[in-house]
Amino acid sequence: MQYENSYPVKGGDFKEAGKVAVLVKMALKKMGVAPEILRRAAIAAYESEVNIISYARMGTIRLQVRDDHIRIDVEDEGPGIEDIELAMRPGYSTATELIRELGFGAGMGLVNIKSCSDEFEITSEVNQGTKLRILFRIPETG
Amino acid sequence: MTLFDVMDILDAKLLVGRKLLNTKVDTAFSADLLSDVLAYARPGSVLLTGLTNPQVVRTASVLDIAAIVIVRGKIPPAETLRLAEELEIPIMATHYILFESSGRLYRHGIVGCIQKVGADEIVAL
Ligand SMILES: Nc1ncnc2c1ncn2[C@@H]1O[C@H](COP(=O)(O)OP(=O)(O)O)[C@@H](O)[C@H]1O
Ligand SMILES: [Mg+2]
Repeated sequence: MQYENSYPVKGGDFKEAGKVAVLVKMALKKMGVAPEILRRAAIAAYESEVNIISYARMGTIRLQVRDDHIRIDVEDEGPGIEDIELAMRPGYSTATELIRELGFGAGMGLVNIKSCSDEFEITSEVNQGTKLRILFRIPETG
Repeated sequence: MTLFDVMDILDAKLLVGRKLLNTKVDTAFSADLLSDVLAYARPGSVLLTGLTNPQVVRTASVLDIAAIVIVRGKIPPAETLRLAEELEIPIMATHYILFESSGRLYRHGIVGCIQKVGADEIVAL
């Protein structure tokens, strides 16, 4: 199994939010990935997508599927995160009213991405951008 | 019960998904926060919410939600309904408030898709 795709995400484009997540889900479903795993991957993609739209100027979500894992790399150009530990804290949020109207901005996004995944790495450079590396293991079947 | 029964109990109007009304459901999740839905809702559940934007439909699709019930008499915009058609997510609308809708379903045997959120996940700010 080998699949790769890259999805661009535009900052501030609130009405598009969730599009990439649905595309990620559809792609994984087509590949025959188990529902429980593809759901977790799509949830992580959704929160990542909303974060790019909410906080960054632009970014990409890159999906890679292999026999034994799914990898999602999120990269954006934006303000970056000064205090990652603080940003990861459940409930911490700098979301604007616009983001909250959409149903997001409760400060649970990054925590949920982490808890959905099997491996999670976040790095950020202030005034440059943020990177997430999210991994989902696919257990051997049969 | 089926989505037919849900419609009946909530005196709801079906907006999308007539073909899927025989779907069986026995759990639900109620929230106006999509981050919470993404964190806690389970596949096959009914999602009760006051949100009407397309993001609700995308969230339901990602989670394999059985149906969306829009509460408080709100009518979703056309683009939300169009997306629900496309992604095949049933949507119904009820005039009951979120609490009342949840309670009425619960009385008929629908339970929460999870009961509690783990103590260490409770937001302490
Ligand atoms: N890509 C990003 N660029 C800049 N800041 C971010 C980014 N992602 C998250 N943050 C910061 O981290 C906080 C927590 O993010 P998250 O857990 O997704 O919750 P929420 O988006 O609901 O606030 C955000 O409020 C924001 O301040
Ligand atoms: Mg977020």
